[in-house]
Formats: sequence, C-alpha cells, structure tokens
Amino acid sequence: MTGNPGPASGSGVRFLNAGETALVVEFGTTIDPAIHARVLELDRALAAAPIEGLVEAVPTYRSLMIHYDPTRIEPQALVERLQALPAAASDAGAKARRWLVPACYAPECAPDLGAVAERLGLSQERVVALHSGATYRIYMYGFAPGFAYLGGLSEALAISRRATPRPRAEASSLLIAGGQALITTVPMPTCSAVRPSGSSRLTAIRSSSPPSAMRCVSSRSTRPASPPSPPGRRRVR
Amino acid sequence: MPRLRILRAGPGTTIQDAGRRGWLRFGVTEGGPMDWIAHARANILAGNAPGTAAIEVGIGGIELQADEGAVSLGYAGAPFAVTRGAVALAASGCVRVEPGDRLTVKAAAEGSWLYLSPSGGVAANPVLGSLATSLRTGVGPAPLASGDVLAVDPAGEPTELVCAAEPQDNAPITLRVVPGPQDDYFSQTALARFFGEAYRVSTRCDRMGYRLEGPPLQHAKGFNIVSDAIALGAIQVPGDGLPIVLMADRQPTGGYPKLGHVIRADIGRLAQCRPGAELRFAPVSVEAARTELLAALERLRTTLDRAQRRSGDLSSERLLSINLIGGVYAPSDRAG
Repeated sequence: MTGNPGPASGSGVRFLNAGETALVVEFGTTIDPAIHARVLELDRALAAAPIEGLVEAVPTYRSLMIHYDPTRIEPQALVERLQALPAAASDAGAKARRWLVPACYAPECAPDLGAVAERLGLSQERVVALHSGATYRIYMYGFAPGFAYLGGLSEALAISRRATPRPRAEASSLLIAGGQALITTVPMPTCSAVRPSGSSRLTAIRSSSPPSAMRCVSSRSTRPASPPSPPGRRRVR
Repeated sequence: MPRLRILRAGPGTTIQDAGRRGWLRFGVTEGGPMDWIAHARANILAGNAPGTAAIEVGIGGIELQADEGAVSLGYAGAPFAVTRGAVALAASGCVRVEPGDRLTVKAAAEGSWLYLSPSGGVAANPVLGSLATSLRTGVGPAPLASGDVLAVDPAGEPTELVCAAEPQDNAPITLRVVPGPQDDYFSQTALARFFGEAYRVSTRCDRMGYRLEGPPLQHAKGFNIVSDAIALGAIQVPGDGLPIVLMADRQPTGGYPKLGHVIRADIGRLAQCRPGAELRFAPVSVEAARTELLAALERLRTTLDRAQRRSGDLSSERLLSINLIGGVYAPSDRAG
C-alpha cells in the first residue's frame, strides 16, 4: 500500500449507513466542484476495481451512495475495503462537453417567475438575467429519468424549497430550489418542493435512449439569454 | 403459449420483478414490489426464482382467467379473498387455473398487496433490463387493465399448494429503523419523540411513499439538504415535520433530511398497513438489521417446507366445485 490517500480515505470523508443495504460515502454537505471531484474520483476507482457485493453506485453533488448486497459483504468490511481502495487513473485530460439549453421565460412558460422575483426582492428581468446568464455544471441525475441537477446558480437566486411538496412541474421545466437549479424531464405527480421559473423545450431522456445519451456527470451547460417566444424543440444527445 | 386474460383490475395493478438496477445514477427509479418478501414467496410457491416478474394486486383486486392452456399461479401477501370459480382458496399457495377458470382476488379487512406469480414468469419485453413498472415516471409495462392479455412463459406444472397465512402483526406494529444518515439534522427531543411516540399511516400513501401522521419532528439544521441519494425505507422529514417513508417507487435522490431507514425485514410489514394503522419505531444497529434480513431470507428459503400439497382431485374444495348430481326432482315427476 502506498502512502497516498485513496479516493475514500483522507480528510473529510464520512461513512454513513443508509439502512443495511446502502452506504453513503460523504465528502461534504455543499455544492462545491472540489467536493464533487472527490465523488467522481471514488466512482471511477470503484468502476476500475469493483468490490465483491457492490450492486450499484450513485454519485451525487457531495456523496457516493453504494448499494450493496449484505449477504455478500458486511457493512464494516465494505468500509474497510473502500478505505483501502487505490485511486484510478486520472481523467484530467478529458474535456467537458458544453450544452446550450434553450429557455423560455414568458409567463406561460414560467408560472412562478413573478412569485420568485417578489420573494427575492428582484425584478423579473433581473431573475431571468441571473438565471440565463450563468454557466452551470451538471452534477448529477436523480429524482426522475434524466432529471439533471446543476450547480452554478447565482447566490441571489437562492430560495428555499417549499415546506411541503406540491404537485406537478411539467416536463422540461427549469427549476430552482434550495440553491440548486434543475432540469426536469417528465411531468411529476408528486413533484418535490421546487418553484418552476422557466421552461425549456428540450426533450431529454427517453427510456429507449442508448446509454451514451446519459453520459457521465461533469459536463458544463450554459443558458443563452432567451427571446420571450418559446424556442423550437431540441434533443439533448 | 398460455395466457392470462385480465377481466378486471383495480387501478395501479402492475407487473413487478425484483426491480430495475443499474440506472439509478441516471434518475431511473428502481421500482419492484412493495412487499418484497410476499413477492418472493409467491414466486417460490410457483416454482419460480424469487425475483421473477409477478402481478402486484392492490386493494382494487383483480379478476382473470386462463386462455389457451392452464396457468399455475403462486400467490402470497395480504390475506385477500381469493377464489377460483365459486370456491374460496387458502390465503396463500399455488393454484392451477384451467382454461375458462376464473380467478378472483378481492381485498379483505387487512393488508394492501397480494402477489400473483405465474409459473414460468410473465413473457414481456424488459425496459432498461427490467419488467418493473414505475407508475410515477412511466417506465416499464403499463398498469394492467380490463382486456389485457399477459403471455406466460411455459413452465413445468408445479404442484398445487396450500399455505397457512403468515402470522399477522398485532397493532400497533413496531418497525425497526437504522438511524441516519441525517439523524444529526434532528434535535434530541425530536429523536426521542420519533422513537417513543405512536404514529399513524395516513391516507396519503402510494408506491412512492407512505406519509405518516403524528407528533411533528423538529429539525435542528433546517429542512433542506443538498440533494443526496435515497435507499429503500428512507424516512424523509420535510418542513412540516411529518415523516414520509419512501417505498418501491421512490426517487433515487432527494433534498429532505433522512432520519433513518426502516429495515428490509420490516418494509413489507409497513407496505401492508392500511391507512389508520398505528406504528411505533425502534432504533437498531446496522448489524442487527443485517441479521434480521438474513433471517427473513432464510425463512423464505423454507417456504415450501411450510406448504402442503393440495390433496389431489378429491379435496373438499374440488368436491364442492363438482356437480355430483344431475338435478333434483319430485318422484311424481318421474313418468310412469
């Protein structure tokens, strides 16, 4: 064993049980590219050297959830194997892909824009400028197929989730909640507490899409300033 | 190929296999059965591997018949009223449905989910490697409805079996919980309250989650977390302080603090609860949770040891279903 800390050792790593069939390897509790890089590094290391009993790994902004089969490995043994895991080869040379997401902020597309602006004490134009002017990083998918979680939302747009979840954001909505920006892909009957503030005519993921359509997190995306009329449909590859 | 024709199905009657694995990182829900133990048991009774695709029947019930060949069905779960033709069957077992035979399942007083497992399995096209239906996201086969025809993979003829009903819980049931990962987001008072007081299953329950009513839980650090992955049985507590236990159709990630997880050995017991059921929670270590899971799996392995062969063609049920006399008439009707 070398002296270098592996991707699941070193400072700031917490191993947290999510019941007896999943382990959370937590690198932090905030949205931070450095924390995310550690998540992806561990994900890559596990892909390169799978641990017996590991079923599936789910990367998030700040943790890797490891779903495992407790009949094949015990929780404590899993932690020890993770702590001993060596780093995989670096991917520092890999280029991030940049996507342009067409977005419509007209009232029929952005039903909560007014309420959000009022809550934040900003003009609607300012909210649109802040939202559409940023460059975002795709950190993870979750909640629904192809539903993308983005970092890079302006701090001026940090607004809490609703206290209780409420119905339905339409497909292809652009949402902000709790400091995160999101792209939805399907209408969701029990949508989490988010405030729709724009919508994109992207058709993202279909269940028949080949795996390459859902390539790894770490791409960047940016939104152009948008005209008020709804743009045409565009598929995200 | 034998087929099952659905004559009637309650809303949300779905096909579920063990679940859709490998796509969680792309936001694709795992799905699978609400009561994985009953699902496995139904499969074992049918002679199938435990994770084989089966029909998940809710309180809306189902009525079906066999077309073009007999189908054997293993069944287990809620103690619903199961009849073949006019004959009431045992709470759980394996039943052979001949062409024209009608099998009916109706909800009874207890339980929420019963599994009908065709011997050989459902013949359908997997989506992303699984036959599990996710109602929430529209992935997988559509829910079953009247007129649907399910093809069944031909299999050997398993023995007809009768099982005693599994022992029912006495109310209030106690669900064991492994605390974390965000138990530190709750005050000590809140944790003592969660593990000390009674909660009730509300009417707002579905395949995604069961919402509970009872003493609200105080957050120590607010009710937002940066979105994190979610495992089965996660007890999420949003801003109103009322717990939601996340079930088979849960989203793979979410942003509310998770106080703990209902252990796998107990998640089916929760799934079977009807609205109004009273619950208590008990903290256990992850090691104890694992031990309970292994015990549940061992009990499943011995399912057939506790089943009895349905006694041939001359069982009471069979005799009652056969018309042994041609009719009744008065002697004076017999012409002289």
